[in-house]
Amino acid sequence: MEVVYILWLRQLKRYVRSRARIVGSLAQPLLFLVALGFGFGPIYARAGGGDYIQFLAPGVIAMGILFTAMFSGIEVLWDRQFGFLKETLVAPVPRLQVMLGRTLGGATVATLQGIIVFLLTLGVGFRPAHVAQLPLALLMMFLTVVLFTALGTAVASVLEDMQGFQLIMNFLVMPLFFLSGALFPLAGLPRSIGLVARIDPLSYGVDGIRGALIGAPHFSLVVDVGVLGAFVVVLLAVGSYLFSRLQV
Amino acid sequence: MGGQVQRAYGLSGFRMSIISTDQLTKTFGEVTAVDHVSFAVERGEIFAFLGPNGAGKSTTIKMLTTLLTPTSGRMEVAGRDPWRDPAAVRRTFGIIFQDPSLDSELTAYENMELHGVLYHVPRASRRSRIEELLTFLELWDRRNSLVKEFSGGMKRRLEIARGLLHHPALLFLDEPTLGLDPQTRNHMWGYLKDLNAREQTTVFFTTHYMDEAERIAQRIAVIDHGRIVAQGSPDELKCQTNTQSLEEAFLALTGKTIREEGATSLDRLRMQGRVWRGR
Repeated sequence: MEVVYILWLRQLKRYVRSRARIVGSLAQPLLFLVALGFGFGPIYARAGGGDYIQFLAPGVIAMGILFTAMFSGIEVLWDRQFGFLKETLVAPVPRLQVMLGRTLGGATVATLQGIIVFLLTLGVGFRPAHVAQLPLALLMMFLTVVLFTALGTAVASVLEDMQGFQLIMNFLVMPLFFLSGALFPLAGLPRSIGLVARIDPLSYGVDGIRGALIGAPHFSLVVDVGVLGAFVVVLLAVGSYLFSRLQV
Repeated sequence: MGGQVQRAYGLSGFRMSIISTDQLTKTFGEVTAVDHVSFAVERGEIFAFLGPNGAGKSTTIKMLTTLLTPTSGRMEVAGRDPWRDPAAVRRTFGIIFQDPSLDSELTAYENMELHGVLYHVPRASRRSRIEELLTFLELWDRRNSLVKEFSGGMKRRLEIARGLLHHPALLFLDEPTLGLDPQTRNHMWGYLKDLNAREQTTVFFTTHYMDEAERIAQRIAVIDHGRIVAQGSPDELKCQTNTQSLEEAFLALTGKTIREEGATSLDRLRMQGRVWRGR
């Protein structure tokens, strides 16, 4: 257990020490909130959707944790580049523990990031409808975060270099985000886009966080938790397997 | 000569061997990095594995230390196959890698502590062992500095201190003294010889410093183009090649042309990393 703990602690220390990374990773959510929130706000209101910031904020929180979580997972690539990965790969401890420590560490970091983005949304005028459901929102965030950290780890375990990283950003992370319903309601979408959104795991993360914070989920919170949980189990298993087969 | 060597060091023949390989081969696509290599290292021996750049030293070490699957051939470390039974083999050895493997965002002490946990150094003795080794390598005063602030030589010393933190039966050292000043080199080899005498630790090392190999190693294998071209004690190698020093023997065995290592995917990764950080 101490192995999992010390690797978890390592991720946390790295996060706290890289203030530039924290500040940098807040710029994007802030830009989305301000530009899209205030830019599309009037149109959204005229179309009868209500306050767009209220709708958008949970989506932007999900975006913040998606990026941080994927990045935490993909840090395996960085560790490989700077050599530290070898140190953990030859150690006489099960790789499952190494993977768990890393994933929980990355997940904790991304959850913290999500909380910071949440505070940011309060700054631009977001008001959660059900304060009592904040713990539920936190649970949804945590599930989403573990899911994407495991996904990032799995992907990074099969990638050989940074070119692959660009590929992942453009062909996996961006589509996951833009097709998840973070920016627009899923109701009344064209069939094909609706279908894609339905198989995008982030849709359930966004829906869960939004459902917990302002109510009226598109699916239902039970479905969200169920789907996220199932993805978490599968991706943790796949990620552990790929990580255990990693060669340097 | 190769045939004779292979007969002499069969996989099953030597019960005292802590490492043995039989026709061990690793190919990367078209390139054969390690080509039917057979050798054995006895328990408690100090063994040098020498060869020019790109000869296959690090690839062999990676296979022995469970980091790489062999293409064919057999190997045993402490009686187990590193590839089939990695968990058991990982419990038996320690390693100091050729290239950096520290976490530069952590302090020297934190790197040591993390290693101590990964290698099950009991909590009670962990702190004193860390203090002892960091003091020995003159890093104790800098224990709370982030590794990224360290010079190349300090990082190297920290890698060595970390590799010695737990006392395994078998230590792999891949060019451990690269970039160290003669004082630190002496210091380190003194420690290792002492450890070898006191705890019968087997030391398997690679180096480009022939004087070092001549002075320290009890037995040597020379590898070139993925093949073992000679093995024996330093005196035997000199005798075989009719030379006065190990350096001359080495050049006689491996020729005088300068070698270029092919870029591995890891090298490319590092290159891109530098480009990225430079932006």
